[in-house]
Amino acid sequence: MYGRPNLHTNYQSETSILPTWTQRALMSLLVVAMVLLPFNLPIINQLPFIRFIGDGDWIRLTTQAVIFAIAALGLNLLTGVAGQVSLGHAFFMGAGASASAYLGGQASGGTWGHGLPIWIWLPGAGITAGLLGVIIAPAAVRVRGLYLGIVTVGLVFIGIHLSRVLPEISGPPEVGRNFPALEFRWWREEAAAISFTDDGNWLWFDIGGNQKTYLFCLALLAVAILVAKNLVRSRTGRALQAIRDRDVAAEIMGVPEFKYKLIAFAISSFFAGIAGALFASFISRLSAEYWDLILSVEFIAILLIGGAGTIAGTLLGAFFVVLLPRLIEDFAGWMTEQAAGEGPWASFWDLFVSAGSNDFGFVSSSEVAPGAALPVSALDTLLYGALVVIFLLFEPLGLFGIWVKIRNYWKGWPFTY
Amino acid sequence: MGQLGILLAQVEPTGGATAFDRFLVYLGRGLAQGSIYALLALGFVLVFKATQTVNFAQGAIALVGTWTFSMVLIDWRIPGKWLGDNKYVVWGSALITAVALAVVLGLIIERLIIRPMIGEPLFSIAVITLGLEAVLRTVGTDAVSINNRSIRVPWTEGDNPDSGFRIGSAPIDWSSVFAITAAALAFVAIFLFFRTRTGIAMRAVAFDQEAAMAQGINVGRVFAIAWGAAAGLALIGALCATMFPVGTGSVTAASAALAFRALPAVILGGLDSVGGALVGGLTVGLSEVFAGAYLAEYTGTLGTGFQLIVPYVVMLIVLLIRPYGLFGTPEIRRV
Repeated sequence: MYGRPNLHTNYQSETSILPTWTQRALMSLLVVAMVLLPFNLPIINQLPFIRFIGDGDWIRLTTQAVIFAIAALGLNLLTGVAGQVSLGHAFFMGAGASASAYLGGQASGGTWGHGLPIWIWLPGAGITAGLLGVIIAPAAVRVRGLYLGIVTVGLVFIGIHLSRVLPEISGPPEVGRNFPALEFRWWREEAAAISFTDDGNWLWFDIGGNQKTYLFCLALLAVAILVAKNLVRSRTGRALQAIRDRDVAAEIMGVPEFKYKLIAFAISSFFAGIAGALFASFISRLSAEYWDLILSVEFIAILLIGGAGTIAGTLLGAFFVVLLPRLIEDFAGWMTEQAAGEGPWASFWDLFVSAGSNDFGFVSSSEVAPGAALPVSALDTLLYGALVVIFLLFEPLGLFGIWVKIRNYWKGWPFTY
Repeated sequence: MGQLGILLAQVEPTGGATAFDRFLVYLGRGLAQGSIYALLALGFVLVFKATQTVNFAQGAIALVGTWTFSMVLIDWRIPGKWLGDNKYVVWGSALITAVALAVVLGLIIERLIIRPMIGEPLFSIAVITLGLEAVLRTVGTDAVSINNRSIRVPWTEGDNPDSGFRIGSAPIDWSSVFAITAAALAFVAIFLFFRTRTGIAMRAVAFDQEAAMAQGINVGRVFAIAWGAAAGLALIGALCATMFPVGTGSVTAASAALAFRALPAVILGGLDSVGGALVGGLTVGLSEVFAGAYLAEYTGTLGTGFQLIVPYVVMLIVLLIRPYGLFGTPEIRRV
């Protein structure tokens, strides 16, 4: 259908993931860019704004964004597509992390671990979290709307408490334990068959550990995207959307509410479990207190900032929310530099930066002086809180909504409607 | 629960400490804790009745409120510096000023953030309060971490602190009495308020916003009243929780977490029931303290701090049996 990309002559072409050639080309470009991102490419590292790409520090952060995107895709299925408010996503992630520690971790002084290979602990983490989701799901059929949201808040607190009851699995409170490394073994042999964390070479490339971890997580994200996308555009996805839009009407149309809520919870927590295990393994040492309500809220923020119910929006949101604090931190650092310097704008930047306890400013780049000026680390919590408020007030469809507006503008150009 | 140990230490040396004395101590503490939860729960209920949404920012408002109170009392001394040296007068007047400021904060939030969201999905409004919570909590935590911000409770201050009285040999502290009295007054006031013209308007809005609007009720004003009152109640509740020996006596960031601990109380009673908030609050407070006291020997099995989890477990069980709480109005699902 050259020249008329929106003319669909059969159902298959209409529901395909990438219906037009433009989208296919752009997606291929994006995939290539994402794969090449971690490598310090000769030309790109000279470009002015994106020369940080390939920098080890940024790769760690981007990997975190990729892992968070997997978890966010899960929450999107539950909250965005099926409309079940969940503030317990951190609980399921924590459950996955604990399962991975139990299955794949090494037993040592007071902690349990079986040292099993990644092809057991990673799916095991997902399945454990998924089973927990199945246990919670019946509550979602009985308890609705905001009541469900509050029940899931309770889950988070109960989860953190359970970690204190069972320090053998999650390590001592506030300390945590070592999680299994991202290494592929056939069984419990000494040397890993493939390590995703050590520097080394693959095929004929020299490749660093951070790059390997990133690529591994990116591959998993690609699988997660495919699963999520196919779910949303299939019968299951339509059933979930029907339940979201009007559960009574959905049941009348023959959508079994209980079954599909069960499916939504199971898959959502499966994603969360996988992401939790990956993240714990990526950070390598994590205390159970990390899986708290603030993390759950961060995922809700990802969903809303990105655009709830859409896969692309969820991904955008994950990258935005994870990378934004770092950008702000860098910007604050840059402002401090500017304010301290002699440039013509020095006094302008000085308005925003607080250098000491008596200096006026909104941000202080050092952590030592709490006070009227916020430390940078506090500023990013504040910012994503503020962003949630701003997006909900002015752009309820999130970043994806902005993109749709821009796209529609150019599609209809020069007509404005 | 560390403070409970102090109280019990006061019981033991008198020699005549019986199981009943211990029970009285726990009862007093449980009622005080329950009153604090009930105050916060009342704020949740008021907001839910007016706007049909959960205000997750309640705890953060409480934190900012207690910080403001401390500033008003100690740094600014408004209106204390004109009122002489009587510590009770100064403290009471500062409390009134701080409550007024908290109410203003609630009104501003309602006007700027909640009012434009009318007609949006309830989930969005609930999440917007979560975002607000993040903002206020960050600002509040940063503000209180500068230095130890005392709230200078008058009965523990001065040369001759009088921290409480005894029933038999069981010590009951004034802070608990204050919390219980505050909760009692607040609930009586709200019950009376629902008899007034504005109160009836609020009940009408809770029942059906559009129908109420069609009857000429100013729905926006009802929203404002609910949010203002909720912010004031949050401040009072958090203040009671900050007082020694319930809290540490100085404002901490823990106030922000208080509202999340009060959530089980709200859910237990039902999100739209004022009486439910009282019953839920007291149930949660008492079960927390009693579980902490009488199940202490099982701490090894249950884990330290298990008493803080008890409310959530109670909430889960109640919700599975009665999905809209004990006194909440069930949503009727018609085809």
